[in-house]
Amino acid sequence: MIDIRPGRRVAVVAGIRTPFAKSGTVYRDVSAVALARHAARELLFRSEVDGREIDEVVFSQVVPSVLTPNVAREVSLLPQLPPSVPAYTINRACASAAQAINNAADQIRLGNADVVLAGGVESLSDLPILHSRRFSRMLVEASKARSLGHRLATVGKVRPKDLIPVTPAIAEPSTGETMGQSAEKMAKENGITREEQDRIALMSHQRASAATASGRLAPEIAPWFGGRDMDEVVSEDNGIRSDTSIEALAKLKPVFDRKYGTVTAGNSSPLTDGAAAVLLMSEEKARALGHEPLAFIRSYAVSAVDPGWQLLMGPVYAVPKALERAELSWKDLGLVEIHEAFAAQVLSNVQAWGSQSWADRLGLPGPVGEVDWERTNVSGGSIAIGHPFGATGARLVTTLANEMRRRDVEFGLISICAQGGMGYAMVLERR
Amino acid sequence: MGAFTTENENGVTVITFDLPGEPVNKLSAAVRVEVEALLIGFRDDPATRAVVLISGKADNFIAGADIEEFTALTSQDAAERLSFEGQETVSRVETFHKPIVAAINGACLGGGLELALACHYRIATDHPKTQLGLPEVQLGLIPGAGGCQRLPRLIGARAALDMILTGKSERASKALRLGLVDEVVPRSILRQVAVAAADRLAREGLPKRAGKGGFQGMVLDRTAAGRQLVYRAARKEVLKKTGGHYPAPLAALEAVRVGLEQGVTAGLAEEHRAFGELAVGDVSRKLVQIFFATTALKKDDGVPPGSATPRQIRRLGIIGSGFMGSGIAGTAVLNVEVDTRLKDSDLTRVGKGLKAATRLIADRYEKRRITRPQYERLTALLSGSADYSGFNRADLVIEAVFEDLGTKRKVLAEVEGLVRPDAIFATNTSTIPIRQIAEHAQRPERVLGMHFFSPVERMPLLEVIPTEATAPDTLVTAVRFGRRMGKTVIVVADRPGFWVNRILSPYLNEAGHLLQEGVPIEVIDRVMTRFGFPVGPVALLDEVGLDVADKAGGVMHEAFGERMKPAGALSRMLGATRLGRKNGRGFYRYKEGHKAGVDTSVYALLGVRPAEADADLVQRRLVYAMLNEAAMACAENVVRSARDADIGAIFGIGFPAFRGGPLRMIDDVGAGRVVETLYQLQEVFGERFRPAPSLLEMSRRSGRYYPA
Repeated sequence: MIDIRPGRRVAVVAGIRTPFAKSGTVYRDVSAVALARHAARELLFRSEVDGREIDEVVFSQVVPSVLTPNVAREVSLLPQLPPSVPAYTINRACASAAQAINNAADQIRLGNADVVLAGGVESLSDLPILHSRRFSRMLVEASKARSLGHRLATVGKVRPKDLIPVTPAIAEPSTGETMGQSAEKMAKENGITREEQDRIALMSHQRASAATASGRLAPEIAPWFGGRDMDEVVSEDNGIRSDTSIEALAKLKPVFDRKYGTVTAGNSSPLTDGAAAVLLMSEEKARALGHEPLAFIRSYAVSAVDPGWQLLMGPVYAVPKALERAELSWKDLGLVEIHEAFAAQVLSNVQAWGSQSWADRLGLPGPVGEVDWERTNVSGGSIAIGHPFGATGARLVTTLANEMRRRDVEFGLISICAQGGMGYAMVLERR
Repeated sequence: MGAFTTENENGVTVITFDLPGEPVNKLSAAVRVEVEALLIGFRDDPATRAVVLISGKADNFIAGADIEEFTALTSQDAAERLSFEGQETVSRVETFHKPIVAAINGACLGGGLELALACHYRIATDHPKTQLGLPEVQLGLIPGAGGCQRLPRLIGARAALDMILTGKSERASKALRLGLVDEVVPRSILRQVAVAAADRLAREGLPKRAGKGGFQGMVLDRTAAGRQLVYRAARKEVLKKTGGHYPAPLAALEAVRVGLEQGVTAGLAEEHRAFGELAVGDVSRKLVQIFFATTALKKDDGVPPGSATPRQIRRLGIIGSGFMGSGIAGTAVLNVEVDTRLKDSDLTRVGKGLKAATRLIADRYEKRRITRPQYERLTALLSGSADYSGFNRADLVIEAVFEDLGTKRKVLAEVEGLVRPDAIFATNTSTIPIRQIAEHAQRPERVLGMHFFSPVERMPLLEVIPTEATAPDTLVTAVRFGRRMGKTVIVVADRPGFWVNRILSPYLNEAGHLLQEGVPIEVIDRVMTRFGFPVGPVALLDEVGLDVADKAGGVMHEAFGERMKPAGALSRMLGATRLGRKNGRGFYRYKEGHKAGVDTSVYALLGVRPAEADADLVQRRLVYAMLNEAAMACAENVVRSARDADIGAIFGIGFPAFRGGPLRMIDDVGAGRVVETLYQLQEVFGERFRPAPSLLEMSRRSGRYYPA
């Protein structure tokens, strides 16, 4: 292999995740911290690495709990790790866990760490629900009140509408547009049909379902012991529909534009709870500890576009950048994992990568590449498996690395669109 | 001065107690003399306005009286005098005209607490090792240095009796709630706060303490009529718990009662009188012997000292997540805080096992014995899977799968293929010889038996069974680990049934014979609870499970022949799918998991009609079956010492502690009389009562198990 980047080579040694579950289902009463700790602990057990080897923990969470804002530290305080392992939590929206992996990899590359545990978590069942600003202010004033009378006076100002809680919405703060509305806009502007979208969704479910049934996904899943008696064992993702069909998908009503829309619950990723973690090591350390790396990180790139334009087009910029840094072209890729926020977004990205007009915009001599679906999202994607914002990046790295080994593929790519108009790409290599 | 050093801090004299050459502070006659001298010295010292009493030991205030000292006493008079002198010294502390503050970090027990109670102000640290209590009744004694007087006056009759009659100790937070201590502070500022408090007391006078317990406290603790109710309830509770076999709690109750109703002087007199009587009494002697035996066992690694180095156990693997496996897992996590991985064949079973183990941790949290973060930490130590992931890093693997030789061998082979060569494999079996399980082991030196008793979290005994091939460091590691799990560990030989089940087997079998003869179930059980067992043999069979007992009985029959031949009652019960408590159908009926009386339909099943029985004879048959087997097993060196034998019987099957154990009982009855009784039983009931050759030999030589 060519030494294309300074510093040490970083190995992906192992990856694990909890089963992904639709929010409000099996993890209804489980905290994000518990999910993250479960994934991290099982990763240690499965990879048979001693917790004392870990130099740092980097985790991500997009909507953190106000009570545990640094979920990474809760992970590094697992009793299987020494309390001296530092930890921090990052947020790059839907690309967060991939970013956590990058940060970890950079520290290894620079020689600041040998072994880093990186991952992410999201529990949309464990969302912080806020009070209205006015009510919060009154509570603060009441707590500072010097006398009971003063306190009662403050509380007396509360109006019924102040008591309505504020639930965080999945909307762009800068534009007020929800994710779904953005996807709807992209479908229209790029001429993506309802049927094309439903076909992507169907493929996602069929492939995820086949990968689950054949046991191909099992090695990346750490079963969860749920229920009051811990005997309701969850070992598969519960959003995958093995029985769905193009007809069933076609029956669903568009959600974001009821009249002329094409984006439905069926061709979008669902709100999901779950955690995923990846163990990274310097190549030397991995070899010294006797691990056969799944893959190595070759390059990555991040981009951003104006959120007011086509929100989820970031990957169109990030992917060619990452390929350039990897000194590779699209046709070198044996496997590709594209994060499926919405089928409309996937198809918009694919269209752009394949077009000459986009190549001109990007200043490239020719199109980035033509997506070969036989080598893309081969085990399904986020539409079927689910998308816990903070965890998806680590799932993609794990799934890609496992599959690269299984097929003995030399180069693989992941592509993630993220809130805020951001795009993310990472190239993995074997050998 | 030996044990005490003093220092003056701005008019406050800090007395530091640090008994030379001992890990903990203990009170003895010599220490008492020193205390008296200190009090005289500081009485007229103008530079001393107040006193602080603090310990120089790490995390120990005063562990109590020196037990060796009063076990040396031979007469009641001498014991009474010891108590009286202790009362006098403690009273001089109380009446000292300058304030004395007790600064308590670590155990403050027995005489130590009695001394602290006489001080004028008590400050305890929030360190988990800080425990306050009067455990005297656990040694068959009562608090004899004014504790029966001062504790009820400080915290009320009800709370005081709760502590004195059970001997339990309390953490600082509870002690503060009870009013037992005045303040709780972090260890780092104990001395500083105590000196400031002493200074304050010297300037402002002693604190006024309000009666505790609100309206209920006023009625029950502070009226004579209310207290009568309290005494009556306490007496009833004591009799229920002790079966009348242990005199100390009732004597303590009396000392408290006399003190509260007739005044301190009368109370102190009753206290030292009763202490003298109890201290030379048989029950206390037995309990003290047991205390010494368990203390000695805590230092006994089962190998000659220094001959092997124990390995550190950082990770524990457990195979089999049933009742046993999950009990071992939960107990290990709670007590050793070790990373514990539970493996079973399917994930649902693993989940159930994890839940059962988690339950033990949750219980402790709900009782407020651990904090929420501690709960989170401990539960995070527990994990499980249906494969062997993580086992390669295990230092100790305990197998608790179904009692079947083939399965156990298979598990051993699987584990040996995964773990590091120096990892230890322990098999939890109650009957299968360890060497059979280890027969095809690649590393037999790393294999041994760890026989836990069920329920693991509550049963205090562990039998560790080395084979001839077991390496000394394997043995010492298992013994130490068992001890860290909170168990009293005895090392026993690899003979069928080991020790506990060996002596239990003929006893339970005799119960089977009695059943087959039509002796009513309640008679069999009652004679043995009267003897002092916590449950009778028939109830025990139900608890153990009739299938398990039957299987064990078969193994014992095969190993030891005719005298262990099963009486047949169990197979008839099993024929009617009666398994005991676990399926709610045994010799007793069960309603919602609770025992609901004898199931009289059993008699028809056994083909008998219940008839009158000679209770004495029934008891004799059961007890002597066990004594005789104990003598045989002992002669075969199943146990290493009489001490281990008796401790095993007391902690493993609840042999009455006040009788000191089966071998101690043989000594007390006399080998000659034991042989005589066995001959009589043999004549009527046959060969199974033929006296053990070792008993005959002992009877000829007038020998004993323990020195007289």
